[in-house]
Amino acid sequence: MLAELPIVFVLIGIAAYTVLAGADFGAGVWTLLPGGGKAGAAATRAHAHHAMGPVWEANHVWLIFVLVVTWTAYPVAFASITSTLVIPLFAAAVGIILRGTAYALRGTLDAAPGSRPVDDVFALSSVLTPFAMGAVAGGIASRRVPTGNAAGDLVTSWLNPTSILVGVLAVAVSAYLAAVYLAADARRLGEQDLEHDFRTRALVTGVVTGAIAIAGLFVARADARPLWDGLTGGAGLVMAVVSAAAGLATFLLVGRNRFDEARASAALAVAALVAGWAAAQRPYFLRDLTVKQAAAGRETLAAVVISVLAGAVILLPSLFLLFRLFLRGQLAGDGPEGPDVPAAPVEHRSKALGAFTVVCLVLGLVLTVVVGDGWALLAGVVLLCATAVSGSLLAVVSAEESGG
Amino acid sequence: MIMHAIAHAVSSAGALSARHGPGFPPVDQDYLLQARQMQALSFVVHIPLVCFGIAFPVIILFTQWRYLRTGDHVYRLLAKRWSKVMIALLAVGVVTGTILSFQFGLLWPAFTASFGNVFGLGFALEGFSFFMEAIFSAIYVYGWGRMATLPHMLSGAVVCVTGMTGSFFVISVNAWMNHPSGFTVRDGRAVQAEPWSALFANSYFWHEFVHMYFAAFVVAGFVIAGAYAWGFLRGRRDRYHRTALVIALSIAAVAAPLQVAIGDWAAREVADHQPVKLAALEGLGRTTEGAPEHLGGWYTGGEVKYGIEVPKLLSLLAYHNPDARVQGLETVPPDGRPPVNVVRYAFQAMVGIGTLLALIGVFYLYVRFRRRRLPETPWFYRALIVAGPLSVVALEAGWTATEVGRQPWVVYQVMRTGQAVTGARGVPVGLWTLVVVYLALAGAVAWLLYRFSRVPLEADARQAAPAGPQEGKGRHAR
Repeated sequence: MLAELPIVFVLIGIAAYTVLAGADFGAGVWTLLPGGGKAGAAATRAHAHHAMGPVWEANHVWLIFVLVVTWTAYPVAFASITSTLVIPLFAAAVGIILRGTAYALRGTLDAAPGSRPVDDVFALSSVLTPFAMGAVAGGIASRRVPTGNAAGDLVTSWLNPTSILVGVLAVAVSAYLAAVYLAADARRLGEQDLEHDFRTRALVTGVVTGAIAIAGLFVARADARPLWDGLTGGAGLVMAVVSAAAGLATFLLVGRNRFDEARASAALAVAALVAGWAAAQRPYFLRDLTVKQAAAGRETLAAVVISVLAGAVILLPSLFLLFRLFLRGQLAGDGPEGPDVPAAPVEHRSKALGAFTVVCLVLGLVLTVVVGDGWALLAGVVLLCATAVSGSLLAVVSAEESGG
Repeated sequence: MIMHAIAHAVSSAGALSARHGPGFPPVDQDYLLQARQMQALSFVVHIPLVCFGIAFPVIILFTQWRYLRTGDHVYRLLAKRWSKVMIALLAVGVVTGTILSFQFGLLWPAFTASFGNVFGLGFALEGFSFFMEAIFSAIYVYGWGRMATLPHMLSGAVVCVTGMTGSFFVISVNAWMNHPSGFTVRDGRAVQAEPWSALFANSYFWHEFVHMYFAAFVVAGFVIAGAYAWGFLRGRRDRYHRTALVIALSIAAVAAPLQVAIGDWAAREVADHQPVKLAALEGLGRTTEGAPEHLGGWYTGGEVKYGIEVPKLLSLLAYHNPDARVQGLETVPPDGRPPVNVVRYAFQAMVGIGTLLALIGVFYLYVRFRRRRLPETPWFYRALIVAGPLSVVALEAGWTATEVGRQPWVVYQVMRTGQAVTGARGVPVGLWTLVVVYLALAGAVAWLLYRFSRVPLEADARQAAPAGPQEGKGRHAR
């Protein structure tokens, strides 16, 4: 039980990353294919860029969450996967650097001259990263990763039918999610042309994604029989059906212009797909390693579970706040800043502050450097930190008093 | 104590090489050095960004607080402009940090496989910290003029706190690698792991953390001050630029001299816990009572040649006793010693630059408090322009001293770096790809910062007035 709890967190993380970061990647894909709609290419690109807003960093951190929980709770499985699938993971890493850099360049300074090559890097890395991640998932799902340090084939572990299919599926899902989200955003902004275009794109990519997913079942049957067996029986089948039904529902909801509901059902389709994969593979993590065998000791697992649950208590309300602010396109207390100026001139207490700083400094130095041990050392370091705070404040405040 | 440490080292190393866990025996890796260089490269790129992640939010929030106290709009304008730079640097820090976490698996799978159950928790907690930092910095930066003051400043405060806790958790892992505990080695892997005590009850942790935290303010302060000093020499001396310079410089000038005392503490901790690293920092071949320190020179054949000898200084610095006995490199076999000249020069660079920065700081504070003005000589501003990059060099040199000084161990005296490396081929390809990608990244960041500096002040000043009704709506609200 304890051994399987962290993998549930990992799967939630993968689903969240696929849904949230996937939509960001998909927006990048649409900057590569901005033409063919009523709205101009430039407007389409700008819309795709803006829709990501400042949320992408938070979305991206789900990936880090997946990595660190895996290597803490299942260290041998993590190391086996990363050492065998080094090529697609490295490609994904390069894609992440390029994409983040291009975003920082493009997103922070709008419409700067020479932004076109930056856009292209952004778009291409938005395709590369989900494809590479999908190839990694395909390599694991088709049991091509054995336990050991680079023990699997460095090339065929990811260059195989299942990996390629899952990679393509990951790109398609990203584009699909993004199209749905961007249509909803366009409506909120009252941009009818963009709404129309992204609705059409969502419907088309919805069909394409569904076709790839169905093709994937047959690829799995030929290339990864255990995966096929898992997905066509038991809990795997249930999840596959849920995913298919949610995918179909999304398609119909987009067709009826109900984008917000479509967002939710699209997320459900992805989550069910991830759950189906997990169910199909259970109890195996790698082809020769079960989740139980891969799990770290009791103390570590308990520490992970406690940290994740405690972290979730802080994190989830924060995420909720962020999405509430950005999905609605407004921030709490939207409007002018609060009471702006404390009009009364502030009375500085430079002398008292100066004396405090000097006392902290002298005491801190004596305790840290001369005594330099035990509790005296601790107190000394705390005093030096206090010196830093009050000293900096004093230097700035005295500048205010002397007129800059 | 020392003999015990050596015996421990020999028995642990023996344990690791004699019997291996299923699946992760050491492998032949022709490119161990390149793998290490790849890891070092990613650290070199990431660590300056960490400094900005720690210090910049604090500097910005401090500036905003001064605005609230004085009502001076220059402070508000500064805080707002800086926060845009902050979020761009954070974006770059997010991706370079991701690469580092990838490399734990891509380059050092045997390390992660064997000890992930002990140290991994630190990164899991750091992940949450990072999450909160990303969320609230987004809220803070986009909240200018759209949020009431209190929630706005609170979200800024969350960024400051998470910047601190993030580095706290990462350094807890580094401290554990340098002073490992909380596990038993069986079949080449950690068993009976106790991650909480291993990471957070580690006596070797606090000096590293405080030293890095101060370094963050020294680096961020001097780099920002250097940029404004450049403008100062070119005539940009209006109130806006003077205020920016004063804030950044005041923080760096106070932190830099204090860092000397913190560094002294750190050196004594190294002397206590890692005597071989200390010997490498000085190039002390033989165990000596009243050991000297050499400035410059070259370590060869068990001693430093061509250096300037300062008698008894090493004993004095390491143990605060001029006649103290300092362990030499000869106490461990040659394959248990770090590359002395790299470690030694890195250490000397850090100490030398650190001293220089402290002097610049003291000079500034003297003029500030005695004469109640900024220094007038252009040489001061020229020195500041150099101090920015130099502070980054000192930061990198300090990490080089401690991390290369830890070699040949990845887990100090338990697992060798060579036992941790991946068995995958093609490490040099990865290294060169990463070099090219990081060069592009550096160019992009440089261009980005240049562009930021070109945004006219009026553009932000116009929005400095309370936001009109239309600003909160529409696309740009997001």
